[in-house]
Amino acid sequence: MLHRVMMLTAGLLGAALLALAEGVAQDKPGALWTPQVAIRGQDAVKERKPAPRRNITGMWNALRLGNQSGGVQLKPNNGRPENALPYTPYGLQLYRSHKPLEGADSVSPAFNNDPRTRCEPLGFPRWNHYDLGVQIFQDEYKIMMAYNYDSRWRVIWTDGRSLPTLVDGGVEADGEYRDPRWFGYSVGRWIDDYNLEVVTVGIMSDDRAWLDNTGRPISEQARITERFRRIDSETMEWSETIDDPKIYTRPWETMRLPMTLQDPRIDQITRYCSPTEIDRYNKAFGDAASGK
Amino acid sequence: MNKRLMIVVGVAVALSTGVPLRAHHSGSTLFDETTTTLKGVVKDWLWSNPHCLLTIEAPGADGQAAQWVIELQAPNSIYPGGYRRTTFKPGDAVSVTVHPVKNGRPYGRIVSSVLADGRELGDGMLRMPATAPAAP
Repeated sequence: MLHRVMMLTAGLLGAALLALAEGVAQDKPGALWTPQVAIRGQDAVKERKPAPRRNITGMWNALRLGNQSGGVQLKPNNGRPENALPYTPYGLQLYRSHKPLEGADSVSPAFNNDPRTRCEPLGFPRWNHYDLGVQIFQDEYKIMMAYNYDSRWRVIWTDGRSLPTLVDGGVEADGEYRDPRWFGYSVGRWIDDYNLEVVTVGIMSDDRAWLDNTGRPISEQARITERFRRIDSETMEWSETIDDPKIYTRPWETMRLPMTLQDPRIDQITRYCSPTEIDRYNKAFGDAASGK
Repeated sequence: MNKRLMIVVGVAVALSTGVPLRAHHSGSTLFDETTTTLKGVVKDWLWSNPHCLLTIEAPGADGQAAQWVIELQAPNSIYPGGYRRTTFKPGDAVSVTVHPVKNGRPYGRIVSSVLADGRELGDGMLRMPATAPAAP
């Protein structure tokens, strides 16, 4: 009975969301600038067609899970034993030096040291865990992912080039040393017509970026494997596994996001980081609310 | 879709139980679980990142008039729930329910609001059911 009620509630909410999305667009006939948000969940999908072959283009959103504000989706940082991470001694020490705004060890805004609040780039793979709403484009050589937060974009090469090799302080690609990058170096390979595997190495060092909003660390030694599984015309599953021997004693899975295709015409409101606006927020609210 | 239906849908979505979508910082660290309803006059409405801020002059639980600063989420998060840059203007008579901060100062996080024109809005956050059916 409870399950039926929940199913009914889910269905009604999904229908309401779709009605809202369609209604906004229909309020002004011929208006192409609305709506400004992607709000279609998987429950609102009316018709599913077979998945296109080797194609993940489109505007995608994971409405049910948002920005994983309490930690990565499959391991929320809520203090429960089943969500404890396999830290190395160095990884645990690094985690304890972080003062996040979210999660089991969160602090008030005035006392945080999250690089995000200084408008530092989030870094990869934290972009995958933050304020999701991603537009994907692809051609015969590459896939480009445009992330909503701070309007950042990332390239995944699919032209058969080899994955760079991790070396001290960066990577080696075709015999040439290259610096670490905020998005690292990503190479994708179609396992079959509906499954794309992407491996990324060469991300920034562990003093520059965090793994998630709760202060979990990630290092330049990480190898991040993503799987994009195209389920049908409207949906896709996006999963991610972290292998970082400097920070974690074994690989672990961070997320398995149900993505829904959105209206490609949506002119989405961007969330951005402005030092001026952060400063104004802290003066008007954050400092006093924190008791500073 | 007419405006009335949009408001009903927006409020239903905003008030429904589920998974909050976006947040700049954790609520449990800063805010009390209790709620306070403030009836007052808008002094300022800041549509900004990382949080929108509503400033109103209203008596608190002790009856003393104070200037309250109320936090909402960022524009892209509260837009689906019906909030806009033009939602509030100085001089509007409003009623706002908040989770006050734990340190007793006149600051809080929004739970819901009743606007000058009588419209009701939630906290602005779009929520989906936590136990919705999985994709096929």
